[in-house]
This record gives sequence, C-alpha cells and structure tokens, in this order.
Amino acid sequence: MSTDTSTIVLIGHGMVGQRFLEALAERGLTATHRVVVLCEEPRPAYDRVQLTSYFSGKTPEDLSMTDMAFIEEHGIELRIGDPAETVDREARRVTARSGLVVDYDVLVLATGSYPFVPPVPNKDAEGCFVYRTIEDLLAIEEYARKSTTGAVVGGGLLGLEAAGALKGLGLTSHIVEFAPRLMPVQVDEGGGAALLRTIEEMGLTVHTGVGTQEIVTDASGAVTGMKLSDGSELATDLVVFSAGVRPRDQLARDCGLTVGERGGIAVDEQCRTVSDPHVFAIGECALAADGRVYGLVAPGYEQAETVAATIAEDESAFTGADLSTKLKLLGVDVASFGDAHGTAEDCLDVVYSDSRAGLYKKLVIGRDGTLLGGILVGDAEAYGTLKAFTGSVPPVSPESLVLPAGAGAPVQLGPSALPDDAIICSCNNVRKGTIREAVTEHQCTTVPEVKKCTKAGTTCGSCVKVLGQLINAELEASGVEVDKGLCACFSQTREELYEIVLALRVTSFRDLLDRHGREAARGGDGCEVCKPTVGSIIASLAPTIGASTHVLDGEQAALQDTNDHFLANLQKNGSYSVVPRIPGGEIAPEKLIVIGEIARDFGLYTKITGGQRIDMFGARVEQLPLIWARLVDAGFESGHAYGKSLRTVKSCVGQTWCRYGVQDSVRMAIDLELRYRGLRSPHKLKSAVSGCQRECAEAQSKDFGVIATAGGWNLYVGGNGGATPRHADLLAQDLSDAELIRLIDRFLMFYIRTADRLERTSVWLDRVPGGLDHVRDVVVHDSLGICDELEALMAAHVSHYRDEWAETINDPEKLARFVSFVNAPDTPDPVVAFVPERDQMKPDLPLLNIGLRPADDILEGTATR
Amino acid sequence: MTLALETTDLKVQLRLTDDWFTVCDLSALLPGRGVAALLPDGRQVAVFADRTGRLYAIDNRDPFTGAAVLSRGLTGTHQGRPFVASPLLKQRFDLESGQCLDDEAVRVRAYEVKAA
Repeated sequence: MSTDTSTIVLIGHGMVGQRFLEALAERGLTATHRVVVLCEEPRPAYDRVQLTSYFSGKTPEDLSMTDMAFIEEHGIELRIGDPAETVDREARRVTARSGLVVDYDVLVLATGSYPFVPPVPNKDAEGCFVYRTIEDLLAIEEYARKSTTGAVVGGGLLGLEAAGALKGLGLTSHIVEFAPRLMPVQVDEGGGAALLRTIEEMGLTVHTGVGTQEIVTDASGAVTGMKLSDGSELATDLVVFSAGVRPRDQLARDCGLTVGERGGIAVDEQCRTVSDPHVFAIGECALAADGRVYGLVAPGYEQAETVAATIAEDESAFTGADLSTKLKLLGVDVASFGDAHGTAEDCLDVVYSDSRAGLYKKLVIGRDGTLLGGILVGDAEAYGTLKAFTGSVPPVSPESLVLPAGAGAPVQLGPSALPDDAIICSCNNVRKGTIREAVTEHQCTTVPEVKKCTKAGTTCGSCVKVLGQLINAELEASGVEVDKGLCACFSQTREELYEIVLALRVTSFRDLLDRHGREAARGGDGCEVCKPTVGSIIASLAPTIGASTHVLDGEQAALQDTNDHFLANLQKNGSYSVVPRIPGGEIAPEKLIVIGEIARDFGLYTKITGGQRIDMFGARVEQLPLIWARLVDAGFESGHAYGKSLRTVKSCVGQTWCRYGVQDSVRMAIDLELRYRGLRSPHKLKSAVSGCQRECAEAQSKDFGVIATAGGWNLYVGGNGGATPRHADLLAQDLSDAELIRLIDRFLMFYIRTADRLERTSVWLDRVPGGLDHVRDVVVHDSLGICDELEALMAAHVSHYRDEWAETINDPEKLARFVSFVNAPDTPDPVVAFVPERDQMKPDLPLLNIGLRPADDILEGTATR
Repeated sequence: MTLALETTDLKVQLRLTDDWFTVCDLSALLPGRGVAALLPDGRQVAVFADRTGRLYAIDNRDPFTGAAVLSRGLTGTHQGRPFVASPLLKQRFDLESGQCLDDEAVRVRAYEVKAA
C-alpha cells in the first residue's frame, strides 16, 4: 500500500487524530506519503480531557496538543476550520468545505463524537449549551456573566465537571440525572452515594432519578427554567446538556459505509471499515471489532497506532480496551477499573465504606483470588497499583488494599511490587518495564525526562506519582543515590539542617559546614544557596540556641543575602528601596507626613504596596542609615520587606467602621503583625485579616489568613497569589483570640521546621506527606507531641524581638558598611542615577548599558538627585 | 588581640598597571563578604576576603545588568574555587579569573590584590 506517491487523508484533528499523525511520523510514513488533515474546529488538536481546566485558568494555548513545528517538519497539510463535506468512495476523493478536492489512497475518519441532546421542547433556546469544545466553554462563560443559576442535564463524568465549572463561574448549580445515582456508568450504588454526599456538601444541588421534560423560556425565547419528570419545575437561566455522546458518523453514512445499529462506523481489528479497504475509522466515531464504541482517549490512541502500523504493513490489531478511569471531579477522586460492576460469574466484593469521610472503595475479586476490578471514591491513591494488579492475584490480601492506613495492618503496596508488564500509563499504554528501561538504558533520572522518553504521564497525568516512585526505586536499585541534599555543600535537606542546628545548638555556619557538610565542601566558604539558608535557620532559632538575634552580628552578616545585609531591597540599578512597617495598614496622619517628607527630602520614588504600606525607591547605600535615623525617630521600625520573614498582615477596616464587619479585623491584624514581625522563615510570609465573610482583605490568598465569624475567627493556611495562585485551606474554625494565636504559633513554627528553602506554605502543604490533614493532626491535635516545643520556640522569638534598624543606626561598626565605596565613603555610586518620570523619577537605565560615562562627565554624572 | 593589632596595620592593595593602589585597611573586609572601591579612573572594583583571609578583586560591574553590585553578592566555593554570585540575577563569577561560571562567554576583569 505504501507507494511513493500515495496520499493519506485524515478527517478530524482531535486528540486521536493528532496521535495518528504522530504515529505516522514515528513510522516514517509522513516522509513517503502526502498527508492531508481536514479539521472542522477553528483550532488544531487540543486536550479535550482537560477541557474543564480552562475554567481554572488554563488558556486554549495551554490546552493545545499540536506543535506546529511538528506539523511543518513532517510536511503535513493541516487545514484548520475546513471540514470534509463529501466523500466519493468510488473515485477515492474527498471534498472540503473550502472547495478543496483531495484524492486519497487511504482515508482515516477520526470525526469523534457529538453531544447527545435529549429531544425535549425548546432544547435549542437561548441559554442552552453543550459541553464539548473550547468554543462551547467560551459561550458558556459569556452567558454565565448575566446568569445566577445554572443546571446541567446529566450526572456523568462530564456533567459533574460542567456543574463544577458553573459553580466556579459563580452560579448556583443543579445537576439533573435520569439514573438513580451519579456517574451511573463508572460507579455502583455505594460509590454514587459517597459521591453524592461530597458533592452536595460543596453546595451543588443534585436531582437524581428525574428526567428533563421541557425547557421553559420567556417571551424573548431565553431559558428561564426546566420542567422535570416528577412534575416539579426548576428555575434556571442556563442549561448545559451533558447527557452522553454519540459517534459522529454522518459523513460515513452519507458515503454508504456500514454503521452500527446505535451508531459508530463498523471496523475490523485493524480499524479498517468493514465496507471499504481504503477507509479506516478511529476514536469515538468507530464501532470497534468487539462491538463497542470507546469514549475514552486511551483506546482511541491504541486504534491510531493500529492504523499507522497497518498502513506500514506491520501486524497490529485492536481487539478491545480497558475502560479504567481515574479522575478528580470537583476535587473528589473517582476511579473505576477492570470489571468495576462485578459482572463476572462467581465474583465477590470487598467493600470499605466511610460515609462520614465520603470514602467508598470496592474491589471485585474472582473465586481464585484474582483482582478483577474495582471502584474508588474519595481516595484513589491506590488506583495506579490496583489497576496494574488487575488480572492477577495480588501478593497481599485484598482487604488490606482498601483499608485506610492505620486501620489494622495497613499495607503499602508500592509500585516496585508490580510485574514488568503491568501497564503504568494506560493513556499511552506504557508498561512498567519500559519505564525502568528509560532509567537503566536511556539514562533518564527525572520524571520530565521519563515522560519525554516514554510518553508515560503525558495525557491525563494520573500516573505521574507512580512514575516518580518507580524512577526513584530504579535509581536506588541501580546504585544511583538520589541526592536530596540542599546544595553541593550539604547532603542534608533544609529540614535536616534545622534539626541539627536546633539539637546541637550550632550557632556558626563554619562549624556546621566543617562538621556536617559534604567532605569536599568542608573548610570552604559554602555557597549562595546554603549560606542564606543556614543564616535563616540560625535567625529563626536564635534565642533558643543562644545565637545573636541581630542578623548582622558577627559571622551571620556574611551569610545574609544582599537585601538582608543592607536591610533594604536591592533594585535593578543598584539602588535600594525602603519599607517601614505599617502594622495592619493602619497609619496616623503625622506618620504619613513623615514618610512624605523623607521621600521628598531624599528624592525617593514612592509607591503604595500590595501589603498596605509605602515603598520608597531609589535610595543609595549611604543614604539608608540617614533615612532610617529619621524613620526610627518618628517611631517607625523595619518592615522586613527585604527578608524571608513576615511581610505584612493586611486588614480590612472591620467592625469598627464597616456596617458588615463582625470582628475588629484591624486590631487582630496589628496584634498578629507585631507578634510575628522579624520572624525569619524558609520564604516570605504574608497574612491578612478580614472582618467578615466578604473577605475584603483577601485572607484566603495568604500564607495564613484569618476571617472573622460571628463566633470568632476562621484560620486559613497555605494560600498564595503570584504565579501559582492557591486558595488557602481552612485549618480550624470559630477560634477565640487566644486559640487563634496559639494555632498560628504552632503552624508557623512547624512550617519553619519542615519546609524546604524558598518553599512557600502553599507548596509545602501540597508536598508534605499527608498534606493538610497531616499538618492539622500535628498543629491542632498534637499528633507528634511537639506543640509545646513549637509554642516555646515562638514565645522565645516574640520576647527577643528587637528592631534591626534601630540597633543598626546606633552601632558604628555596622554603619561603616553602608557606603558605596570603602575608599571614598562620601562618594555616591555614579551608576546610580535617575531621570524624571510622571512627576517622580525612575532609574537611568541607559546609564547601566553605557557602564560609565566618559571620564570628564563623571563629576556631572554623579550629581544625582 | 595582638593579631587584631597587626591586621589593622595591613592595607589592601590592588595592582593597577604599574603601581599598587591602596584600597582600605585589611580589617575593613569581613570574611565571606565584599566591599567596593573606586579607582582613580572612575572604574569600580569589588574586593573580597574568604574565610582563610585570602583576598580577591574583580570588576564591580555586573555585566548582565550593568549595575555596580558584584561586591554585594554572596561568596562561596565551587569545586574548590572561590566565586561570588551576583545579588541581582545570581550568575556566579570565579573570583580568581573573573570568568562567569554560568555563561562561558562572559568574563569580568580580575585584579591582582595583596595585603601589605
């Protein structure tokens, strides 16, 4: 079949179509064939499995699976927005909407599926949507702006995702499912019940066992509600149909190809249509040889590979596929694999169910002990391992696989126990042996390298965790030590160094390096990674281990990053910015005036920060003590904007002024800021206090955030803004003032103790084994018995706090360092100069490029503001 | 105490084409940190002492940003050789040769330096 001039036409450029192109390229078929792709959607293949992640911030570009360089490199003619209109099988010719006519030798149909919309009256009214393409999502997002309530027809996988998306868009969300439970295809009654409870707790309303009879509209034809089969009516502004999909086989029908009774283009084991040897069908439009239409991406990929192999005249067959799935739906893990519903003869169930925790785990076991399948709801941690054992007799008893850790004898059955032919990544059909080879034969040592080498973990990502475990196990087995050390100087992690410093009362970096550093690093000067890290640990523990509490005392001065060393923030031209502390963002007019006067007198650029204080930019090193002498005199102290330490505790105005406030958020913010000021930590710490649930202080985006309730305070932890935003998790609620402070004391000290260097609380919470639950166990329930110690450490910090700047301006030795030039203390750095901008000034950046103005200009050049 | 007395008398000197240029007292240098010095022609030099008291001097200008800040970077030892990491974008420079360790095309001038 592979003559030099033959043409392959692919109709449809979805995930399966793209995989088919990759499979052609891998077999060199793109070099020997002309390949034409007709794609209906206005964009090339994207990750439809992750469609909903658009609503959590992924852009259509993020979702794209098409590397245009790949398309060009292989000479593929990809025609976006130009669907096939007709196929003339007699002439072997396809005509596209644009009028393009292509003669084919091989035609591959990968037209996918379309959403099934039940034939109810007004199903096409304004406000009715389906959930299938990026364009659908854009339309829903737009319409949701003027809506308050949304309903999803269908409680399957996509329906739940759609309902979660509507809730995320701020709508009151309903799910209407005809079957008596949610996700009827994947889970059984018990699993559905666990899922239902969890989803209702999230504030979604679920109506099961009812059908949609009619969409109700107003005079203008827009949706206002829906009539249900139980006689009730549900008011809603927006309806999303997600009642399953049907194969898109119209094109095949039109050209006389055989389709199944319930749709789907009938193909044989090579995915060749039963009617025409020149035509293949793959993915969701195909009715496979085993009589099923597969709606998952993994079987579609396998079909794509099969067709590419067949075209290359290799032997390959698609005889059926596994329907295992693992998803995170609205934050709930749901997985089913193998014979999930126990249809095999004589099989037995092992069920663990905890309604309170929303957990449901069922394993289906054959008579001989073979694991046949199972369902996991609420915790699908074991999915990767269990699925790989499916079809074999696991080496431990089945019940030990579903019991929670701590109950009876928990069994941690790691992926190392799996046989080599166990499939680890079912999306891409990658076996454990292949992953091991990537490490042993191809020198891969990290998850990204193995992903690139084997494609494992590149589609749904559910196996990435197992992947990491396998790689580490393999590296360790082959004698490669997985180095978790801090840097080239220390083989310990930051957490281990913290323990050493605390236990042995080490107050000197040199001692630590010479006694505990790597052999080759002992006697050296450390590096830019370990010096500030150890400096921070010593500073955090200073009063307890007997170190000086000033970061610029003795040897500690040499450990600090430049910002800490000059107690100010270095900016791009070598000047510094100055931020005095304004606790809680509350400031009296006199102090505001002082800041204004200082900024004016020193010619500084001023800007209000996000943390409710004022940043003064453009100070030269030698000006810092002069500026601070005036600030300290006016009652200001260091704001630690330069340190990996507490920055600010933002607040809203609270109960005192605001008609909605229920607590005095400003007072609490000031108390917290003054308590934790100066606390050195693995990374910066931000906080906020809101006076009511309206959350004007944005406390849920902070490392620790406090929100007032009628009964006290709710404490949230692990929030973050910035590049990787994370909503904080609720740690405890309705706390009294004293309870709140005690809990924050413990939380912060536990974070300082166990986090990695430069690891914000958000990343730390996601990384520590057990996550939030573990941290809650430790700091709320004192499961490790260390809370007294954590509190004592914080008490020592609080009682030993002194203002770094007040001490510095009174210490001639420290002040001597605040000069631009050691041999010309009164000469300013000539490269630090400024030019006017919007009534203030900005750095003279061109000066930095020149490096130095010609010698006779120097005197003039130094006349900076 | 006697040691301290002796070191205060010592001066840090830089080799400029044919003379030795005195920068500061040796005691002004904190092991592991740098200071900046202004040369008669307007150039700036960053001078460092490591924990053993060895001295190093390189140009103070960070070639990646143009700012005169290398003296304010953190020093360390990389495979037995002393380096300073720019405080702005953290590129490292060998203190003996001025060679950038993170970009082989970049090098800053290194100066001969002594305590006398």
